[in-house]
Amino acid sequence: MTFLAELLISLCLVIGGIFGLVGSWGLIKLQDTMQRLHAPTKATTLGVGGVLVASVLYFLLIKGSFSFHELLITLFLFLTAPITANFIAKTFIARNRRPDDLPGTERKHGWAIFDDPPQPPDPPADADRS
Amino acid sequence: MISAALVFAFGCYGLGLVFNLIRLVKGPDDADRILALDTMVINVIALLVLYGILRGTGVYYEAAMLVAMVGFVSTVAYSRFVLRGDIIE
Repeated sequence: MTFLAELLISLCLVIGGIFGLVGSWGLIKLQDTMQRLHAPTKATTLGVGGVLVASVLYFLLIKGSFSFHELLITLFLFLTAPITANFIAKTFIARNRRPDDLPGTERKHGWAIFDDPPQPPDPPADADRS
Repeated sequence: MISAALVFAFGCYGLGLVFNLIRLVKGPDDADRILALDTMVINVIALLVLYGILRGTGVYYEAAMLVAMVGFVSTVAYSRFVLRGDIIE
């Protein structure tokens, strides 16, 4: 049983380490900034998730105590990784692309980086009559 | 077996930090540098958690949580500064 637990924890650690290394290697291997955005935001987040799962299993199975802290970190990282990726992509587009380089949005409003946000519709004229 | 896997994971994330440093120095654009800093923060979180497993204490999770929060806020602030020229409008 202890051997099985150790095997599981080691597997999580090795998988997490490989994913983290792949994410960081993709950061220097890929050619374009928009391509480079893929590797760290997905692979590295998954690798850290693997390490945190290994930590939860280690304290649960070997030390015999369960703690929520690692799950909180995992949740926080998985929530914030898409937001940071979106911000970095917006920064890149705002610095390096002209508005006519981008494809149309097929809506009334253009890209949110270059255009003002759409105004809220006017309230109906008889809204406060009752 | 766990100690060998720990050494392997330490090596992976340490090498990853070196790769991020290369991209941080080389990066032709501001977005690359922000991305490299964000990845460095994530790698540091992983290293802190691994160190917590190595020492067998739960103290380092508080540090990892703080690093995660500060890293997210600093990434957003840096992107915001490059985008709008101001952080809080």
